[in-house]
Amino acid sequence: MSFLELSNIRKQFSNVATPAVQDFNLKVEKGEFVSFLGPSGCGKTTTLRMIAGFEHPTSGSIVINGKNVIGVPANKRKIGMVFQSYALFPNMTVADNIGFGLRVAKRPKAEIEPRVAEMLKLIHLSDKGKRYPAQLSGGQQQRVALARALAIKPELLLLDEPLSALDAKIRVSLRNEIRAIQRQTGVTAIYVTHDQEEAMSLSDRIVVMSDGRMEQVGTPFEIYNFPQTQFVASFVGTLNQVQARVVDPSAGTLEVEGQPIVAAKAFDARKGETIAVALRPEMMSLDGKTQDDAVNRLVVTVEETTFLGSIVRTRARLRESVISFDTFNNPNLALPQRGEKITVAFPREAILLLKPSNAATENLL
Amino acid sequence: MKRSTFWGLFWVTLAALYLFVPLWGAFDFSLRAERDVIGVAAYTRAFADDDFWRTFIFSNQMALISIVASILLIVPTAYWVQLKLPQLRPAVEFITLLPFVIPAIILVFGYIKLYSSDIALGPITLLPPLTNSDFSTNILLVAGYVTLALPYMYRSVDNGLRAMDIRTLTEAAQSLGAGWFTIMFRIIMPNLRAALLSGALLTFAIVVGELTLATFLGRPAFGPYLQQLGQHKAYEPAALSVVSFLLTWLAMVLIYFVTRGSNAQVTGAH
Repeated sequence: MSFLELSNIRKQFSNVATPAVQDFNLKVEKGEFVSFLGPSGCGKTTTLRMIAGFEHPTSGSIVINGKNVIGVPANKRKIGMVFQSYALFPNMTVADNIGFGLRVAKRPKAEIEPRVAEMLKLIHLSDKGKRYPAQLSGGQQQRVALARALAIKPELLLLDEPLSALDAKIRVSLRNEIRAIQRQTGVTAIYVTHDQEEAMSLSDRIVVMSDGRMEQVGTPFEIYNFPQTQFVASFVGTLNQVQARVVDPSAGTLEVEGQPIVAAKAFDARKGETIAVALRPEMMSLDGKTQDDAVNRLVVTVEETTFLGSIVRTRARLRESVISFDTFNNPNLALPQRGEKITVAFPREAILLLKPSNAATENLL
Repeated sequence: MKRSTFWGLFWVTLAALYLFVPLWGAFDFSLRAERDVIGVAAYTRAFADDDFWRTFIFSNQMALISIVASILLIVPTAYWVQLKLPQLRPAVEFITLLPFVIPAIILVFGYIKLYSSDIALGPITLLPPLTNSDFSTNILLVAGYVTLALPYMYRSVDNGLRAMDIRTLTEAAQSLGAGWFTIMFRIIMPNLRAALLSGALLTFAIVVGELTLATFLGRPAFGPYLQQLGQHKAYEPAALSVVSFLLTWLAMVLIYFVTRGSNAQVTGAH
């Protein structure tokens, strides 16, 4: 049995017509780091709050370590939580904040003091125990919040966009620290974020969410390389999405804006049907430097070429669709000019056929 | 000197004169209790009066009890309204403003009419008459004081709660295993220190000088004593007014120093 199991979770707020969360099913193993990724209002925080016990699902069950926690109050769930706004108690010192949960649990002083010291050491703030939260930087406050949540040795650690209020540099260093601490303590963690880079770099698995539903669950590699829906393809990474007409599904042939392309495998669709196709930008190249196995070619009109140092990003138009792709910079590169017609080449494997958003979770290919 | 600076100073000076000249007048008057002598005779006589101490201590006791009762009533109410029932906020605010509209005389006659006889449901007595003993009349007095102080205490507490992210602090405490009692007394109240102090000061100021409730409920409070003193003597009431002002200012200075630190802490919570 999995450590955390969410089954058929649905949450309907009384004043809103559409459910905040629906058909949510997830199994999380002990020690796993799972991220809920999606835009604002997709239901990721609501799901997290249901696990924490701050919201009650309209239907469905939440099982933690074999125990159904529906109806169990938040303060009895043994779940540590880290909030976006830190939520440190301003009237307490750093050490008192960290020891709060242990004091509430009436642990003996002889246990609290070493545990607080251990947590302070873990977050590299051993010398700041006597300070008040207002005397710390945002990054330090969030580390204290993490230590406070971990001090009670929770069964589950929930993190609700903990890095959103911090500046970019601190965000990167702190996310590495969060992952290191999670590995060190072995705690099962659920992390909510709208930042795909954060989710990719931290997680064992990612749950991509949209409009209250799960779009796809998978490892960062799977999510990035094999998006299954249009939403995942557009939200994660930089895949080019175009509309294609199915020519012969058994042969894997399609037409994009009247130009033929071939997918790697046969797929399941009706002849003449229009489907969404994603083209991997990293597998596309300017003609003349074509990869050996490139069999697909599309003639496009250059709209913009942006020099980004190590790479050159080209944005080009295919009648109705726009695609972009990157080329590694080299001094001999002849940059395509705006308005110029060029041919981009890509192999069959660069084509991903997408299902509409919120559909079943299997790829067409 | 800039024109704007001149007018700024002019208005500040005018306001200071308006506020301080009567006070200075009262202070000066209080020092002239003996003919042709500037001295503290009025103060000495006022402090030597046993009734002064008896009423002053009684009113202070009632003020402290009223402050505690106000805090226990208002903090959980304002907290719960803000956390769980924000749609009730206009109704609660309206109720807290009623003491501005309903005079104390109406309040006290309402109390006397309602609580001077049994409150019964058929043959069962729910509440015996409260005006029959000093102790139970003091309960009525405190209830009246709590009502009179409601607009001030509620606003102070509500503003204090708004300055905190109470929802997240509550959830953080809950996730660490804290129940409502712990959240209220170890998280919310300590972080409301500044708001509670200013609410308490205003309650104290209202209660110590209050006349109507104490007079009609027949309690030996400081307000009726001052009023009675003013009918028979001239210098002592002036002396006691000056003392009252000094006590109020002392409390304000105290609040300034106490709240200075706590504001910085609350700011850091966000």
